[in-house]
Amino acid sequence: MKVRVLSQWPPGHVRTPGYLRGKVGTIERSVGTFNNPEQNAYRLTPTKNRLLRVRFRMSEVWGPRAENPDDVVEAEIYEHWLEPLNAS
Amino acid sequence: MPHDHHEPLSPSGHPYRADDDRDLTYWQVMEIAVRELLIEKGHVSATQIQDQINTMDARSPANGARLVAKAWTDPAFKYALIEDASQASREMGFDIGPMHLIALENTEKVHNVIVCTLCSCYPRNLLGLPPDWYKSRAYRSRAVVEPRKVLSEFGLEFNQKIQIRVHDSTADMRYIILPYQPAESVGLSEAELANWVTRDSMIGVGLPRPPA
Repeated sequence: MKVRVLSQWPPGHVRTPGYLRGKVGTIERSVGTFNNPEQNAYRLTPTKNRLLRVRFRMSEVWGPRAENPDDVVEAEIYEHWLEPLNAS
Repeated sequence: MPHDHHEPLSPSGHPYRADDDRDLTYWQVMEIAVRELLIEKGHVSATQIQDQINTMDARSPANGARLVAKAWTDPAFKYALIEDASQASREMGFDIGPMHLIALENTEKVHNVIVCTLCSCYPRNLLGLPPDWYKSRAYRSRAVVEPRKVLSEFGLEFNQKIQIRVHDSTADMRYIILPYQPAESVGLSEAELANWVTRDSMIGVGLPRPPA
């Protein structure tokens, strides 16, 4: 499934790396639900959010700068940072 | 004059490290205060704290190497490790605490490498303390941008047909790499194979090699 990482820049403790915001990837696997670190970091009662491993092609992340367009980077992204893209 | 240097050098030719004659930081003071209070109030003893430090220091890449060697020799274990590395580690007797571990297999076509760009997440419960370079800003930023160049600086060159997969430990999972077993090691015992598995090969910046 294709997803896009939200291109948002909220303040505070966020574990979505900046270099992946706005980028399109595919879900590699779901790894379960975890306390939302954006609340947990401030001792607020955290919600349990789904955490997904998303695979991004280097060409998507770095464009023509990529060393090899077919290499990939994978990261754990919370579901509330992802928007599904319709298959085209 | 080769030794005409205003800083004296150690017998090995390196400058002596300066004494750390600096004030304690805010958080160092906080740590000492909390530790002393816990001891004074009888919640923990200094011995218990030292024992825990010793336990953490005793964790070493040898634990991970045993896991890899078992996976190389036992296909059922390898399957279990790829399916659920936390469970497989615990079944092998490793106390990995609450760590959520994922094992990633290197093959003839795929080479995996681990980084934590946001901080320095590392499977300490299995591999011990991370090397200093793993925590450096240079490794953390470059590994996702130019992994092939970084790997070449570690002495690894991969042709363009091999896919490099960089794994950024951004949240709750920790990673260990199951290196591709060198052909010349096939047939060795599990104990012998464990000596082939280096720390760097389980991070993805090295390959298994015969013991020195």
